[in-house]
Amino acid sequence: MNTRFKPEQILERADGIAAHLGRENIRDSIVTALYSRAESIAARVVKQGTARQPDWDRKLDNIITSKLLGYPLMLALLGIIFWITISAANIPSQLLARLLFGLEDLLSALLITAGAPVWLHDLLLQGLYRTMAWVVSVMLPPMAIFFPLFTLLEDLGYLPRVAFNLDNLFKKAGAHGKQALTMCMGFGCNAAGVISCRIVDSPRERLIAILTNNFSPCNGRFPTLIALATIFMGGLVTSAYRSLTAATVVVGTILLSIAMMFFTSWLLSRTILKGVPSLFTLELPPYRCPRVLQVLVRSLLDRTIFVLARAVIVAAPAGIIIWILANIEFNNLKPLNFLAGWLQPLGMAIGMDGYILLAFILGLPANEIVLPILLMCYLSTCTLTEAGSLADLSTLLIQNGWTWLTAFCVMLFSLMHWPCGTTLLTIFKETRSLKWTLLAAVIPTICGVAVCFLFKQIAALLEVI
Amino acid sequence: MGLTRASSGLNALRESFISLNASSFLIALAGNPNCGKSTVFNALTGLKQHTGNWPGKTVTLARGRYSYRGLDFTLVDLPGTYSLLASSVEEQIARQFICFAHPDVVIVVVDATCLERNLNLVLQVLETTPRVVVCLNLMDEARRKKMLIDVPLLSQELGLPVVPTVARDGEGLEKLKEIVAAIAAGILHPAPKTVRYNQAVEAAVITLEKQLQPLLNGHLNARWVALRLLEGELSIRQELEQHLGLALPQNVIQLKTKKGVSA
Amino acid sequence: MQMVTYLNCLAPGSSAEVVGLQATGFTRRRLLDIGLVPGTRVEVIRHSPSGDPTAYKIRGAIIALRREDSMQVLVLKL
Repeated sequence: MNTRFKPEQILERADGIAAHLGRENIRDSIVTALYSRAESIAARVVKQGTARQPDWDRKLDNIITSKLLGYPLMLALLGIIFWITISAANIPSQLLARLLFGLEDLLSALLITAGAPVWLHDLLLQGLYRTMAWVVSVMLPPMAIFFPLFTLLEDLGYLPRVAFNLDNLFKKAGAHGKQALTMCMGFGCNAAGVISCRIVDSPRERLIAILTNNFSPCNGRFPTLIALATIFMGGLVTSAYRSLTAATVVVGTILLSIAMMFFTSWLLSRTILKGVPSLFTLELPPYRCPRVLQVLVRSLLDRTIFVLARAVIVAAPAGIIIWILANIEFNNLKPLNFLAGWLQPLGMAIGMDGYILLAFILGLPANEIVLPILLMCYLSTCTLTEAGSLADLSTLLIQNGWTWLTAFCVMLFSLMHWPCGTTLLTIFKETRSLKWTLLAAVIPTICGVAVCFLFKQIAALLEVI
Repeated sequence: MGLTRASSGLNALRESFISLNASSFLIALAGNPNCGKSTVFNALTGLKQHTGNWPGKTVTLARGRYSYRGLDFTLVDLPGTYSLLASSVEEQIARQFICFAHPDVVIVVVDATCLERNLNLVLQVLETTPRVVVCLNLMDEARRKKMLIDVPLLSQELGLPVVPTVARDGEGLEKLKEIVAAIAAGILHPAPKTVRYNQAVEAAVITLEKQLQPLLNGHLNARWVALRLLEGELSIRQELEQHLGLALPQNVIQLKTKKGVSA
Repeated sequence: MQMVTYLNCLAPGSSAEVVGLQATGFTRRRLLDIGLVPGTRVEVIRHSPSGDPTAYKIRGAIIALRREDSMQVLVLKL
């Protein structure tokens, strides 16, 4: 037996034996033997006491997955999370803004004393610093509140129940129930959502999940949604109901976005991604009390680092570039204004303006910087001392001709447009295909343009009547 | 931003672990979904960990570090799986890591309240390597459910060290670190009792095992590879080729694409 | 009273023992892996609010399966 066998000889031999015994039989007997051994060990090792506890899990599931309460409860929870995020993010947001913009004055004084030329002073402060400060003060508080809440729900064991409740809808759309989870992950970060699509086993359904993940508004878009909803929709009612109204509007737009996600999934599975659904298994784990403190600390730490990193890596360079675009002149024309003017007709057709569309395009590196870019665009044409708080933002936007209709269209377009650069890169890495990556950008954009256009036309019609 | 690392291939991952710190022991943390594996991971590593930038731990490999008595340990949190039979992406990731990244110790976290299901995974892990310790977690829940677990008997049945823990409260973790260190340092040599299959399978395994042994050169457990080849699992062939550089005949590749199985 | 039927035909609250799988290939492997080997006791826990999928208790864990998949599992009603 000293002869060294070649790999192919061994494989051949294995295949021979397997063909003789039957692959399926071998596998069945292996799995069965493993499980029965586990069963017999467990039977000998575990002794069950007599006193049985009431089954809380089952009682909780009777409510959470009930016909009557299952869906309303999901909606209510989503609403509550947004409401807490909106109402609690205000105070730290204002504090941070005050702190950071206070620091701007100090830095400005420092630069002037150091003898920096005016253009450098403006480039560094209005371009780089202000964009960074905006990202930190507007993004950090909602992220730091939203993510821990979400993680708590996950640790509690609620998210699989969401997938359980919604799977039938996904099945009808030709998708996988776990897409509900990748969607939830997308609420945090679409790039993360796209990676998480790996939990969907079948390649066809995974692609559907990847292509439609961008319909979940990520954390970079939430603050925009929340800020606009608070200013324009919350502004319609008395202050007592402001955050409640804003939360309702945010949830409403998200539901619309989810509906679009289902529709696109359905369309994809009927057209370019035809096929039969693959096996679906989903565990409903026991509910567990999450470690609240640990989640809070971890989440806060992770979030802060993430936001700061994004601010430095993405927002700062983009801020500089956009400031330059807004301030240099060719033939008495600033590139930013030129581009915005060029985009104006399309922007108007879908309820926005050229500057807004330009801000979305320039915001490709990260959704967080769409609003700061827009501010900078507006600031280059009119004057405003600072843009830290919501009240200032409100004034600035209204000065530039915004109505609630503009705000609503911006919210819709923010929900439905091309994914950010990081997400596109991730989609490319996951699918290894330029075609799918392009499609992932084109699909939501078409939806966004169509929905905004329709909305604008309907609103115009109604107002005329 | 962590995203790129998380989405890169496992091969690159493994290299990054090994070159990370040569003096550090590599420990894999395996377990069923929802057995409290993440809690064990957090309790062992504290804040010294790299996690993703998103909630959830579904598909990313988090890694963290801890030290015990001056020794340095790098802990890798594998995806939660019921089995290592590679019929899902998570199972493939977990299996590839355990088999090809050559961790010094594998900790299998087990839900004490649901032993039967969880032992299935333990039995599969001990087929690949003897350097295994069982972390019998959620002992508090088992007590609450009035379950009595005979830990010495369990340890004897498996041929592995078993450490009862309540990771949430840190109970039993010192003992776990001690056993991990002992196995990693080569002081403790577990002698796992592998599952016996039916006669026909065993006979085939013995033949193949002998032939595989010189080829695998101690990198992989020959009995385990023989079993995978017999059940016609296709990803193992690709893995052998990729990680151990075994040249495999072309028809295997054709078979693979024909059946549409991808790694 | 014992009868062989498909897993999807059982009502919540009832129990059964797995007799065999009609699935082949990948689906069969996955079903085996989650513990649906012959002899396993399965308890039907509940339907999703929309009727499908259904949650089953299989070897200590609660796992939901779609109708299309559970109808490939032959069981003996207990």
